[in-house]
Amino acid sequence: MRRNVLPGLRLSLGVTLLYVSLIVVLPLAALVFKAASLGLGDYWQIVSSPRALASYRVTVLAALGATLFNLVFGLALAWVLVRYRFPGRRIVDAMVDLPFALPTAVAGIALTALFTSNGVFGSILSDVGIKVAYTPLGIMIAMCFTSLPFIVRTVQPVLEDLDPALEEAAQSLGGSDGAIFRKVILPLLTPALLAGVSLSFARSLGEFGAIIFIAGNQPMSTEITALLIFIRLEEYDYQAAAAIASVLLLAAFLMLAVTNWLQARALRYTVRN
Amino acid sequence: MKIRLDHVVKTFQTFRAVKDVSLEIESGELVALLGPSGSGKTTILRMVAGLEFADGGHIYFGDQDATDIPVRDRGVGFVFQHYALFPHMTVAQNIAFGMEVSKVKREKAAIDARVDQLLHLVRLEGLGDRFPAQISGGQRQRVALARALAVDPKVLLLDEPFGALDANVRRELRRWLREIHTQLGITTLFVTHDQEEALDLADRVVILKDGHIVQQGTPEAVCRDPQSAFVMKFLGDANMLAAEVRDGMAYADGAVIEASGMADGKAELYARPVDLDWTPGGPGIAANVSRVMDRPDGRRVIATTQSGTHLELDVEPECAVKSGDIGFVTLRRAKVFAL
Repeated sequence: MRRNVLPGLRLSLGVTLLYVSLIVVLPLAALVFKAASLGLGDYWQIVSSPRALASYRVTVLAALGATLFNLVFGLALAWVLVRYRFPGRRIVDAMVDLPFALPTAVAGIALTALFTSNGVFGSILSDVGIKVAYTPLGIMIAMCFTSLPFIVRTVQPVLEDLDPALEEAAQSLGGSDGAIFRKVILPLLTPALLAGVSLSFARSLGEFGAIIFIAGNQPMSTEITALLIFIRLEEYDYQAAAAIASVLLLAAFLMLAVTNWLQARALRYTVRN
Repeated sequence: MKIRLDHVVKTFQTFRAVKDVSLEIESGELVALLGPSGSGKTTILRMVAGLEFADGGHIYFGDQDATDIPVRDRGVGFVFQHYALFPHMTVAQNIAFGMEVSKVKREKAAIDARVDQLLHLVRLEGLGDRFPAQISGGQRQRVALARALAVDPKVLLLDEPFGALDANVRRELRRWLREIHTQLGITTLFVTHDQEEALDLADRVVILKDGHIVQQGTPEAVCRDPQSAFVMKFLGDANMLAAEVRDGMAYADGAVIEASGMADGKAELYARPVDLDWTPGGPGIAANVSRVMDRPDGRRVIATTQSGTHLELDVEPECAVKSGDIGFVTLRRAKVFAL
């Protein structure tokens, strides 16, 4: 092995690999192993049952919606926090992390209380004919809540480090504010936005606690995949639970692979010759 | 385009960065704003660009009052010290940026042709497809210049353009910028804290201190006739001797030099290292050599006078002087400033 100036490679690598194996790989391997103990036919039947398909559909669509919403709103929030100085900025900044700190069940109950047809927001929304609680929209809102910090916190440091001279240069070249945002700022934020999106989406796919209170949990319409897995577990049908979970795992893995690839593409310009 | 600054003032919070500066830059002139950090030179440049707004006074471009015209409409080319190239765009895309965002719509082919022309001007043919991270610092600064020139600015402004480069590249780029200026004849204002750069490059040097202009003139004028001790010291190494003026002559540590027209009293005498000579036998200022530094073009002697003043003098390479020698420093020429 090439001699390295930094000490501690063997020890730190050893500790890290052990940790990753025990905490990450082992449970996942057990899950795959359990799912694999089903025959291919049984496996396929379980993961492609109408109820499972409906759960994938509502989970993925709600997660997509929540991520898109957070992409726009999270970027705006990061922008405001970095670019402007206003009273209460630090409080808003601190509040961004709240969804991480709050137990998700608490968030779910609070959101349900707000959005049921006699809640503060729900009563107003039901007047204009929008039902949130116990619908896919409610699932989306719960996902939005729990995954908001990801995009804000990935974009914020990049925005803070953006050299003001870049924008000044673009201005001196005659660029309008819109053109500068589209052609200079947004492309430079893209890698961070993609990282935030992938984290946000992955978190939404796996979210459980905040959603089950607001979702209504009707099979075929508002039952998320994580809940279906939980139900199978309660029925002691571990193999089916593992089979459905493996689909979720695969989806998360694919999504992370795709965003990593997109991120590498967006960062091509940093590669030196 | 002629630029005129008329009693311009800029204050940051409580700090007066620029105090009542008036300055004219003739069309086609290449002018250096020279000063130590905090002298307000960059602030003046940024106000001319429109990147800062003046708190008082006016800035004219030709006959037009440009004081309140925002930077994007002012028609200036600005080159930043750290290039400020768009890292996600290739060299060619960087140069094309100004033409693409312009209100004047151009054909793609016209833009490409102009980019090629500019790449040729800055001698970067064939590097159009590289990203800024893939080229050297000197090349980046040339891209920055090409990008600024792409929009046909009325005025070219450069903020410490070679500050981040190493000495050899800096010297080369300096000559090259002078050539480009001669070729294009564009009114150019640049900021530097490096006297050598200002004197090498500029038609006229404007020396600033604490937000004021302390002297301006051709490099020859400011070098041969510095009007204050500050300018004398700032333009290059200078030795200072406490002196006294009596009847139009200045006396310092046994040396005498003409100081006609000066009132009697205490004064400071300044001499460059090349203005001093070393002789083993008098007359002159008795001194003790503490160190000799050899350089390609001569020897620098550091000597201490009996009054304890350190003097630096440049002598011929052949001069056989060594540390510990005792001898005399003679004064070839000097400037005397009243206290």
